[in-house]
Amino acid sequence: MSETVSAAELVARCRAGDQQAWADLVERFSRYVYAIAVQGFRLREHDAEDVFQEVFARVYERLDTLRSDEAIQPWIAQLTRRLCIDKLRSGSREEVTDDPDAPIAADDDALAKVDEALTIREAMDALPDNCRDILDRFFARDESYRTIAEALDLPAGTIASRISRCLAKLREELEGRNPVSTQSGGQVNA
Amino acid sequence: MSAFDQDRLAELIATLPPAPEAWVRAAQELPYARETLDGLVARAEADAEFRRALIADLESALQAEGVEPIEPIVSELRRRFADS
Repeated sequence: MSETVSAAELVARCRAGDQQAWADLVERFSRYVYAIAVQGFRLREHDAEDVFQEVFARVYERLDTLRSDEAIQPWIAQLTRRLCIDKLRSGSREEVTDDPDAPIAADDDALAKVDEALTIREAMDALPDNCRDILDRFFARDESYRTIAEALDLPAGTIASRISRCLAKLREELEGRNPVSTQSGGQVNA
Repeated sequence: MSAFDQDRLAELIATLPPAPEAWVRAAQELPYARETLDGLVARAEADAEFRRALIADLESALQAEGVEPIEPIVSELRRRFADS
């Protein structure tokens, strides 16, 4: 894993032909792209998959056109949003049963939340492995205490308190950081 | 950064569930797929027999070449040879 490596460093390594760096970059942004497509634009699963693969194909092809390695996240966000909009314009969108006539548009609140969540995810990368793993399993993967306990070889009765302690560590990590812009978009050569 | 209470943190962590593993794997295999694809297409253009074998049974022809018939390679080759 590459938790201590910045996204900008991964981009630089990808440009140098490091295939592991590419795998890490995909891993780093896979949840983000998926969440934008499914939560921000409510794409159906197979349409979300098309967008997901197209995003990474274009990133791979055009990595050399990125003006700044630090711009990778807003670039990916912008690219994903554009491809989602293209997909919606092509006529695919999950039916919203209580409002079938709703206009085709992004859910801006959901997109803002996804950006904020990415900031949290980056802060999680600074936590010890066991903390990151336990928080991810419980909240993001929706695993039960028992499943987590078995997977991590821990007493099931300690999982709740570990989660609480890890959340406290995460909060400390966030409070120790400088203010970070979580807005996406605004870049580049997508 | 505003202060986060634990409920808000939990909510935000839950906002980014993992993408399906197969999607991630396919995207990670992109460099291998592109490189392999370019080699296969070049060879198919130069070798009519190999081209026929690819068209007749793509997966078997790839396996005979020692190429893992992963989805991006198979679908792209099918697309390229669709009109052949």
